[in-house]
Amino acid sequence: MNNKERGSIYAGIDIGSITAKAALIKDNRLLATHVILTGYDPINAGIKVFEALLKKAKISKKDVPAIVSTGYGRASVSFADKALTEIICHGTGAYFINPEIRGIIDVGGQDSKAILLNAKGQVENFAMNDKCAAGTGRFLEVMAKALEVELNQLGDFGLNADKPLKISSICTVFAESEVISMIAGQQKRENIIAGIHDSAAARVAILANKIKIKKPVMMTGGVAKNKGMVAALEKRLGLTLIVKDFAQENGAIGAAVLASKL
Amino acid sequence: MSDKLPEKRKIKSAKKMRDIMTTYYLDAMTAKQNNRQVAWITSGGPVEPLVAMDIIPVYPENHGAMIGASKMGEDLCIKAEDMGYSSDLCSYARTDISCSIVKGGPLGGLPEPDMLICCNNICGTVLKWYEIQARYYNVPLFILDTPICHTQYSPEIARYVRTQMDEYIAFLETNTKKKFDYDKMARVGKLAYTAQLLWQKVLNTTAHKPSPMSAFDAFFFLALIVTLRGTQIAVDFYRQLLQEMEQRIQTGISMVPDEKYRLLWDNLPVWYRLKWLSEKFSGHNACLVADTYTSAWCGAIKYTDENNFLDSMAEAYTRIYLNIGVDQMADQVLDMIKFYDADGLVMHSNRSCKPYSFGQMDIMRIVREKTNIPVIMIEADMVDPRSFSQSQIETRIDAFMEIIKQRND
Repeated sequence: MNNKERGSIYAGIDIGSITAKAALIKDNRLLATHVILTGYDPINAGIKVFEALLKKAKISKKDVPAIVSTGYGRASVSFADKALTEIICHGTGAYFINPEIRGIIDVGGQDSKAILLNAKGQVENFAMNDKCAAGTGRFLEVMAKALEVELNQLGDFGLNADKPLKISSICTVFAESEVISMIAGQQKRENIIAGIHDSAAARVAILANKIKIKKPVMMTGGVAKNKGMVAALEKRLGLTLIVKDFAQENGAIGAAVLASKL
Repeated sequence: MSDKLPEKRKIKSAKKMRDIMTTYYLDAMTAKQNNRQVAWITSGGPVEPLVAMDIIPVYPENHGAMIGASKMGEDLCIKAEDMGYSSDLCSYARTDISCSIVKGGPLGGLPEPDMLICCNNICGTVLKWYEIQARYYNVPLFILDTPICHTQYSPEIARYVRTQMDEYIAFLETNTKKKFDYDKMARVGKLAYTAQLLWQKVLNTTAHKPSPMSAFDAFFFLALIVTLRGTQIAVDFYRQLLQEMEQRIQTGISMVPDEKYRLLWDNLPVWYRLKWLSEKFSGHNACLVADTYTSAWCGAIKYTDENNFLDSMAEAYTRIYLNIGVDQMADQVLDMIKFYDADGLVMHSNRSCKPYSFGQMDIMRIVREKTNIPVIMIEADMVDPRSFSQSQIETRIDAFMEIIKQRND
């Protein structure tokens, strides 16, 4: 099969721990993306997100000659031609959006990573969080729940802090009880949230520093939508983060680009 | 190709080694009935004087590896934690201590020791671990203290360790009520030297492309150089294994079918996940051709004088991989990368083994600076499966292999 024919459409599917993302590219341009919640069944999530995407783009499966899956559920997408890791997909996705990018910070639901790219868009090095959930989307989700704030409002709340508090626990479980005692102590929600963002940003910054991240740096993954978290990270790292539309779907976009090269 | 069939790729000497190990453990288990003494000894300890005194050496660490490989580590670790030991304590120590009480593991516990020999060239944990066991079994303990050679083997260290060798022999004479036979010691020393040379040659065969065996095989075949060093059995076995490896090279039999990428492994194996890891890497056409661990039992051979084993033993046992400075460790890793023509380095950050895992970040940096090959670190434990997170390790390995493929293709 020659996949390099003009006009062909390629798909990438990224099954994360919280959301499933899918993207289509055509003639080296982004055609459409779609995001759903992964839920409890990653196999079904892969099928559902892909079908919804095809519907959105008004095409059928036979118009897509190659599919690459990625994310934690990459092996559960049985109809994909190849499964690749989020690291290479986020690298490829960021390079596709902006070939100047040399550093990527991807914060997803289950893990966070820092990636270093070379001028060809190849991954030079990467660092991932270890078994701990601190500094991931899950951490923010747990905190949002404790504070009774919608996850997508967390960012705005954090930016409106007048006196950010400090969360000293690294562990998500202990940080949650720390947050609960702050709530009990009648601390302002905005200030607690700013503290949460800084705590998570501190963990992610370690990864970026570990690989000596190079500018310009793009932030990808679902957490890039949280402005408070982006600001906290920028402050920690002392640099500006580039956040584009479709930051959350960046891994799926990279997977689609890699599908076009199969 | 002849190496496509898994049957053809199997190493035939494996059966022989299993038989030897079974006989060895049977001898140890029945030592009392046969009026022989058993000494427990640390993996890096000088075993040759024991062999010369006809004492059966038993290795709690080899036993720990067996417990790990039989996936019996978790329960024994939990038992030790129930007894009050910290989950941060080495899992070999934890399983050995709890196994002594519950007589668990694949052997139903080790034969009880008549004495304990503890050499701290591999770590400091062994000191307290062996003290605990000396109290539990109420047997004499000999501690051989080998200072870390950060840069060199100084005359002070040489004198200090050499003196302890005499004390070691005196300890053995007291506890066996027998005179030490220096002639026999010289013969045992020669056999130990020869076996180490042969083991090194076996490991060197993997420099051939494709590699006739992998580090996963070396982890298995290591058992004899650890437990039966100083005997004719070990010499004969490694001679046979070497012949088989040379034969495999001649007939083009590789361990990993379609070997494309060659990797170096650092630190102890993840005993309970050998098969999973082996399949993970071979699925990427990658062979772990060598490792820093199995070569530790022949790495200090250059300091050994086969004609004056007893005197040179002090230096050889002090200057092993885990008892030298990080810069020297990095040099050895760099030499291995070159010798085996490795495309990447896989580092196991082992929760249990502090001296092995400490310094890995520096070695990683040095390797990156000097070779530019990709390096990956995976966090796990050699025996305790609770420290192994499969999906996270899988993503790291897959991404690491994607980077290597991108660079090589």
